[in-house]
Amino acid sequence: MEKSRPLWDNPLQFVFACISYAVGLGNVWRFPYLCQMYGGGGFLIPYLIMLIAEGMPLLYLELAVGQRMRQGSIGAWKMISPYLCGVGVASVVVSFFLSMYYNVINAWAFWYLFHSFQDPLPWATCPLNSNRTGYEEECERTSSTQYFWYRQTLNISPSLEASGSVQWEQALCLTLAWLVVYLCILRGTASTGKVVYVTASLPYCVLIIYLIRGLTLHGAVNGLFYMFTPKLEQLLNPKAWISAATQIFFSLGLGFGSLIAFASYNEPSNNCERHAIIVSLINSTTSIFASIVTFSIYGFKATFNYESCINKVILLLLNAFDLEEGSLTADNLSEKKDYLMATYPQEYAQLAPQIKNCSLEAELDTAVQGTGLAFIVYSEAIKNMEVPQLYSVLYFFMLLMLGIGSMLGNTAAILTPLTDSRAIGARFPKEVISGVVCFINCVIGLIFTMEAGNYWFDIFNDYAATLSLLLIVLVETIAVCYIYGIRRFEKDLYTMIGRKPNWYWKIMWAFVSPLLIISLFIFYLTDYILTGTLQYQAWDATQGQLVTKDYPGYALAVIGLLVAASTMCIPLGALMTFIRKRLKRERVSTVA
Amino acid sequence: MLRALLLILSVVAIAHAELCKPDAQNAFKVRISIKTALGDNAYAWDANEEYLFKAMVAFAMRRYSSKSTTQISNVLLCNVTDRVSFWFVVTDSSKNVTTVPGSVVEAAIRMNRNRINSAFLLSDKTLQFLKITSTLSPPVEPSTPVWLIVFGVVLCLIVAGIVFLIVSGIQKHKKKNKESTERENLEEKVEVTVTLENGLPCEVLDLKAGHINGVFPADDERFTSL
Repeated sequence: MEKSRPLWDNPLQFVFACISYAVGLGNVWRFPYLCQMYGGGGFLIPYLIMLIAEGMPLLYLELAVGQRMRQGSIGAWKMISPYLCGVGVASVVVSFFLSMYYNVINAWAFWYLFHSFQDPLPWATCPLNSNRTGYEEECERTSSTQYFWYRQTLNISPSLEASGSVQWEQALCLTLAWLVVYLCILRGTASTGKVVYVTASLPYCVLIIYLIRGLTLHGAVNGLFYMFTPKLEQLLNPKAWISAATQIFFSLGLGFGSLIAFASYNEPSNNCERHAIIVSLINSTTSIFASIVTFSIYGFKATFNYESCINKVILLLLNAFDLEEGSLTADNLSEKKDYLMATYPQEYAQLAPQIKNCSLEAELDTAVQGTGLAFIVYSEAIKNMEVPQLYSVLYFFMLLMLGIGSMLGNTAAILTPLTDSRAIGARFPKEVISGVVCFINCVIGLIFTMEAGNYWFDIFNDYAATLSLLLIVLVETIAVCYIYGIRRFEKDLYTMIGRKPNWYWKIMWAFVSPLLIISLFIFYLTDYILTGTLQYQAWDATQGQLVTKDYPGYALAVIGLLVAASTMCIPLGALMTFIRKRLKRERVSTVA
Repeated sequence: MLRALLLILSVVAIAHAELCKPDAQNAFKVRISIKTALGDNAYAWDANEEYLFKAMVAFAMRRYSSKSTTQISNVLLCNVTDRVSFWFVVTDSSKNVTTVPGSVVEAAIRMNRNRINSAFLLSDKTLQFLKITSTLSPPVEPSTPVWLIVFGVVLCLIVAGIVFLIVSGIQKHKKKNKESTERENLEEKVEVTVTLENGLPCEVLDLKAGHINGVFPADDERFTSL
């Protein structure tokens, strides 16, 4: 008896699964940074243009391929052309790399979540030193939130070479994160379909709560004004357009095979065109929404730091010159400083190095992205709110939902081809396959819990997926348009959804999107070649800040291996199919 | 007589001025921030507050060492500024014109810091003795870290969920297996009832356009009609 393919219970589950996968941490921690760097409100122009030129067409393409072929990525591309089986394998390899390191973020989110149930929050104050006369040295040099992240969470080593030992606390959290992922994917679409209702909708609830809280914070408006004033001259910077294209591309999660896997569980008559538009619009809207929240939090944090800085300067001057309390305020500070400089020039000159020039713009200008934004900046803002435990729990729970939603897509991309294949899928039940995949990933992921783990994490984050995905999606688009044929694809879409794609889709698929991807690819390659040696940011405990260091040789070898492992699959797959066909032809000819 | 008294007083005054001055030996600087601590309820620093301060220092000295006979008049204050900050020194009543060693004063104040602070409604940060570092109180640490407790709870829930799903999956699988083996048995039985004639099933024979032998009665004539 043929086992019928499992299906989503209703189209809503499919849409939620795609949203849960696409809306991830990148929307929260990458888009606000890009917005700030490339012209504030003006960045929305290249962003929306790239959404229309590249995001929607490529998303529709992947969903349509998955729904038509009703197979995971390997099987789907094999059906389009036997020479393309390498594309599917490359997708699986990239997804495998991603799932290895991505779940570590969920482990960190768990760690912070569990630590949010204390009063005061552990990152609010520095711990005391051994003889209890003051605070820990390292914590004094930097801030308590950075100390908590670098020392108590990561226990980071000074460089990549000093690997250190596995941190048992992080290893426990990582194991828990993998158990949670296993629980969600255990039954395939039956379990995933129910979980995505939660992982897709909960982050929006938390974002709305944060929006209300964020907008009512003191100083939030400063952040919003500063970030959203469009600096239209940035539009002339090519980097702005490239960043917009890259952000759309990676934010939708194209090329991993997850979208193909999700779409393969659809009814054949599902309207994937409408769903593609809905998912890409919701993804972009969420990015903009999240950046409003982030900028109001930035504004609050910057105003708070600015006012603390001013108060410190006031205290310093009061103590040095024994002035009456309350005589120096934020308003008369500059005049009083001039007066003091005139009347007591010598003492003032002695103090001068300690008197910092407090500037609100300088505080707002500190652009942060990635784990730094999510775990340091936000936790710093949270510790200064009222009832910080509540906001902390909500925030890290939201991060967890976003991360697990993306992990579900990643594991689906790996598991669907495995369960579809005859060698493995027919022999073992899917619970066993899922369990083995989760276990292998968890064991390999222990590397990222070592003291130097965060440096390896950065390597994987920057290099494991970037170039390979561009190549994979480029090959996909060209394969569908030119090898499979766009007319044949049109006919398939007509059979599925009852409507042929109009000229917008066809032009984007055939010309615009491939050209965009080729230009992105060329840009990245030239960028890597021009920068020469690759460098990374290492945490220096003695200074209390990040320093730049060069990667050692073996790290560069690992980077090369990561990129090669996935990109080489494409030509190798084509070569193997060619050889196999040649052998079969020879065998047939000798027999005949 | 009066002249002698005046002379002694002036000598004492000069001596006191010598003992208490900024950066003198065994002298300590104190800085008080009343407005920061109390805001609108701030009191003004006047001679009465100074008297209380002298009393508290004398109290601290007496409490520290039972042999001590420090009087309020032994504590000398000088250089009071608007900030409010001043220097103070403790003289030794037994030996004339000398000050109590700084280490003794420091130990005495350290021991009674809380009492001194609460007398003025201030804290360690707002009543600063500039050379005397305060021992910071450690944060309350429960015996098991809180995060492990939460971790344990979440872990148990997740593992219970996984076990439940796996067990129910195995049960469903067994039930499906049993059903499918029953159905297979049924199909076998059906196959067995397919009659074979010379190795060929009867339906095939029918299709091969065979002739019906009229000698044998047709099935429906076996039963005599009513």
